[in-house]
Amino acid sequence: MTGGDIIEAVVKSLIIIVALLTAFAYMTLYERRILGRMQLRSGPNRVGPAGLLQPVADGVKLAFKQAITPRGVDKPLYLLAPAISVVTALSAFAVIPVGPTYNIFGRAIPFHLADFNVGLLFVLAMGSLGAYGIVLAGYASNNKYSLLGGLRAAAQLISYELALGLSLVGILMISGSLSLTAIVEGQARGLWYILVQPLAFVIYLISAIAETNRAPFDLVEAEQELVGGYHTEYTGLRFALFFMAEYINMVTVSALAATLFLGGWHGPFDLLSGPWWLLAKIILILTLYVVLRATLPRLRYDQLMRLGWHWLLPLALLNVVLTAIGITLLQ
Amino acid sequence: MFLFLLLAVVAVAASIAMITARNSIHSALFLVVDFFCLAVLYLTLNAEFLAAVQIVVYAGAIMVLFLFVITLLNPGNEETDDRLRGQRPLAVALGLALLVEVALLLRTQAIRDRLGDFPPATSFFEQVQTRINGTPTAPIGNVQAIGIELFTTYVLPFEVVSIVLLLAVIGAVVLAKRQLR
Repeated sequence: MTGGDIIEAVVKSLIIIVALLTAFAYMTLYERRILGRMQLRSGPNRVGPAGLLQPVADGVKLAFKQAITPRGVDKPLYLLAPAISVVTALSAFAVIPVGPTYNIFGRAIPFHLADFNVGLLFVLAMGSLGAYGIVLAGYASNNKYSLLGGLRAAAQLISYELALGLSLVGILMISGSLSLTAIVEGQARGLWYILVQPLAFVIYLISAIAETNRAPFDLVEAEQELVGGYHTEYTGLRFALFFMAEYINMVTVSALAATLFLGGWHGPFDLLSGPWWLLAKIILILTLYVVLRATLPRLRYDQLMRLGWHWLLPLALLNVVLTAIGITLLQ
Repeated sequence: MFLFLLLAVVAVAASIAMITARNSIHSALFLVVDFFCLAVLYLTLNAEFLAAVQIVVYAGAIMVLFLFVITLLNPGNEETDDRLRGQRPLAVALGLALLVEVALLLRTQAIRDRLGDFPPATSFFEQVQTRINGTPTAPIGNVQAIGIELFTTYVLPFEVVSIVLLLAVIGAVVLAKRQLR
């Protein structure tokens, strides 16, 4: 590892972090504007042109709020929990390939931070570690409702992680690699995997929404029954960190869906391939997220568990078997 | 070597903290720190797959379940003190005895010959590569090497372990159902 490599890695990390934080800020605005339209109102449109400065105003407001630490909390864990959430959310993006290798300043720079040969497992590992942030926040807050939110999160994550992981096995069987770069290359040579694995794509999307605790699977932070869930006792910037982790996780699972099923940064028929295609695909999936939130009511707890264990898991297993049969027949 | 020492110190410190912590949630978290040190150790040995699985399975799934159970039952900090009082000196003595035994055994030539050099002259992946491709240099990944070994050399133990795990699942379901009735 030379000095140049280290500088390259640092610059890339900074770019990814800044990009993800910007994506988080504008995702909140985008979501509120679409929700507004779907509910026949305008949404936030007063701060700056078309409300474009609203995220800045929100950020400043949260930053200047008093950081309250309630009595009786488990102090080290209470402070650690939001940090765990954000760190796992940010680091998952490291292995996602954003574009091809470009020549910049006479240096061949591949557009991904790390081409890990178990990259897919790395993303899944970071996703499951994110659960610690939520469970610990629920436990450390010394509040019944927070604890209930944390427990629900743990049960939900464990249940849907299985279906999520299994839905990706078909892709591994076809591409023969765990490296995300290799999976994108495999799609560029043949068909996009959404055409080969449509069932897996649907299972992945549903499980991913459950993994990120978004509506209609947002029982973890059901404000009507839990006051707010695991982050009830957090204020100001600490609360903002949880909020940030949730939105960055949404961006990451969307990017993963785009990478695994929609050809990554390649355009259709390799038309004008580049990072912009990945961005367009991510925005498409995020829009689906928002539309789902606006249209579907929240699931009951037993419905959530039944959907995960009785439907998604067997279907994902079936998909693995069908893929194996397909591969054998085609050989 | 520096990395190994750092990891070893952190891992041992985390293990000690785990067994001495009063709060069971803290104990569980120190165990997670330990798992992380192990995962990084695997990475330094070029075993990325093992490292990833260590995090996904142990830190990501099993310990989250542990945390779930601990927070659900929420035991106080006070228990287990009196029940183990007589056993503590005995445990220390037996542990030391085991440590001395291992150290003595490792010094004998017969055992050293069986274990071979460390690190080994040809790594596990090179051995699998040689067996499959005939040359040790042909590119074959970590995951492929483990997969090939599991489904050729170790296929019987692999299947036996799956059956044992399946039996455990069935046993758990049977026990849970009996309580319902």
